[in-house]
Amino acid sequence: MPLAQTSTIVPVVVDDALCIADKGCTVCVDVCPLDVLRIVEGPDGSPVTAHMKYDECWYCMPCEADCPTGAVTVNLPFLLK
Amino acid sequence: MDEILDGTTQIDCDILIIGGGTAGPMAAIKAKRKNPNANVVLLDKANVKRSGAISMGMDGLNNSVIPGYATPEQYTKEITIANDGIVDQKAVYRYAEECYSIIEELDQFGIRFQKDQNGEYDVKKVHHIGTYVLPMPNGDTVKKALYRQLRKARINIVNRYMATRLLTGNGRIAGAVCVNTRTAEFLVVRAKAVIMSLGAAGRLGLPSSGYLYGTYENASNSGEGYSMAYHAGAGLANLECFQINPLIKDYNGPACAYVAGPMGGYTSNAQGERFIECDYWSGQMMQEFYDELQGGKGPVYLKLNHLAEETVAEIERVLHIVERPTRGHFHKGRGTDYRTDMIEMHISEIGFCSGHSASGVFVDERARTTIDGLYAAGDMANVPHNYMLGAFTNGAFAGLDAVDFVKDVDFADFDMGEVDAERTRVLAPTKRDDGVPPNQIEYKTRRLVNDYLQPPKVTAKMELAQRRFEEVRHDMENEMYVRDSHELMRSLEASAIMDCADMAAAASLYRTESRWGLYHNRVEYERDDEKWFCHTILTKGDDGKPAHSKKAVDEYIVEIDDEEKDAYNNQRVTKTVAAE
Repeated sequence: MPLAQTSTIVPVVVDDALCIADKGCTVCVDVCPLDVLRIVEGPDGSPVTAHMKYDECWYCMPCEADCPTGAVTVNLPFLLK
Repeated sequence: MDEILDGTTQIDCDILIIGGGTAGPMAAIKAKRKNPNANVVLLDKANVKRSGAISMGMDGLNNSVIPGYATPEQYTKEITIANDGIVDQKAVYRYAEECYSIIEELDQFGIRFQKDQNGEYDVKKVHHIGTYVLPMPNGDTVKKALYRQLRKARINIVNRYMATRLLTGNGRIAGAVCVNTRTAEFLVVRAKAVIMSLGAAGRLGLPSSGYLYGTYENASNSGEGYSMAYHAGAGLANLECFQINPLIKDYNGPACAYVAGPMGGYTSNAQGERFIECDYWSGQMMQEFYDELQGGKGPVYLKLNHLAEETVAEIERVLHIVERPTRGHFHKGRGTDYRTDMIEMHISEIGFCSGHSASGVFVDERARTTIDGLYAAGDMANVPHNYMLGAFTNGAFAGLDAVDFVKDVDFADFDMGEVDAERTRVLAPTKRDDGVPPNQIEYKTRRLVNDYLQPPKVTAKMELAQRRFEEVRHDMENEMYVRDSHELMRSLEASAIMDCADMAAAASLYRTESRWGLYHNRVEYERDDEKWFCHTILTKGDDGKPAHSKKAVDEYIVEIDDEEKDAYNNQRVTKTVAAE
């Protein structure tokens, strides 16, 4: 059976203008207990910005608290907000 | 990142600690200080910097025994009564005696505790009988302070590796098989002693929001400790004594009556009336909470709107910064304000956790499990009502004892065939072309847990659960499909959750009485001290299914008077004539 491509709105939002993943920062990806954040790569494989790849969030906030530039906001997941 | 690579590395160490949340780091620090030459490895499937139940911090010590406020005798008595008598007091007593030195040590780490104007610890009364709650004004710094100590002690930290099975040989522990959560590469750790500190089984029931990760416990605490201990042959105690907690409805985080209570807040019914005398969690208190929710006077609320502005502001300052800081976002989104509104509460999904109740891997007062060289501490070990300070203190006991244990032993032999079999089991979902994703396996398991295992417990429903679990297990073992190493981690968690669901049903069916209030409310059975004043021990039977035995409760070292035994059974507020 093939898998569906159901969409889901994710709670963690990254402000691309503030995110410094392109300078090599991976703090939010490193600290997430559920390991749901990843760095988007450009066509040449270079890092661009952080984003939430997996909708598996405990809305705990280390990503927001530890981000050196204040680029990350943790919203409540839609199902429980 | 996340592609599935092939590879296996082997490392050796004296002590392997699995889980870097609360108990694990303290075990590591204590072991290394006692023997600086010991090779101590601290492994975590997340990053030790922010892993575990206290990822963002903790607002206070719920169970501190501080000279001048409480004695070890009083505390042991309180927990024995709160846990309905089924307590090996030696472990509780040792904790009560030594937790004060751990508080002083945490203080030296830079974690501050609330003091009054005279510089004394400002301990608050929340429990039914004694005074044990100590607020932590800068509790948001706990993990950072711990991490500094780990670096200072030169602990070998291995992040993003998930232990999947323990290895045994020569009748004792031999190590663990682990898999990298971002590459699927294997790591076989040979160890002379293993300390398990993997937290609660917090992803067992499904939260009422239906969001898989909106659990009461940190959702990364998915019960692997319980599952691994089971497969290794260790005994697990009183698993039927589920964890169920009061919480903010939908947000599913703690209401923190322990913070608000001493400042005048309380749990009320829809009429704004107090209905329980004491907000300290016990099965009996949860039964009253449940009755109020089900009865005509519900829902239940956290009531703060009668308090002065300064008091509410102080409560907000603590609750919205420490432990679960998104709580402020939640209330803002809902437009609820403590000053004007009562906050709707509910009860949590079920889980295993000794931190709050008493369901855990069996350990003695040295944190030893029933397998030589294998230790357990924190939420997953069965010292009742541990909370955070219990995790630190029992973690310390485990680290100190393990250092002595490894002095005189070499690595135990183990069967490489077991490692190969585990590789095959772990990687099976990567070898299929399509199938059921782990999130659907997990959702179905946990939905069935809610349907059939949530108390009040009914025999026929729990037997149905067992049949349905068997079907889902069959699908899991034959059809689960993952596309990358991240999903592989989720598939392993789904498997641990399934093991916990099986154990929850089996343990609940075995104890044919009601005990611990709502936690094990079996509607067909009354409490039966004659037959069931004992621990139940669950092990893996020869047929690969849960087997059960009874274990006598150790003789009490602190006697409980007959009239004291019922203190926690009389929780409901009785109206005086004047109040009516």
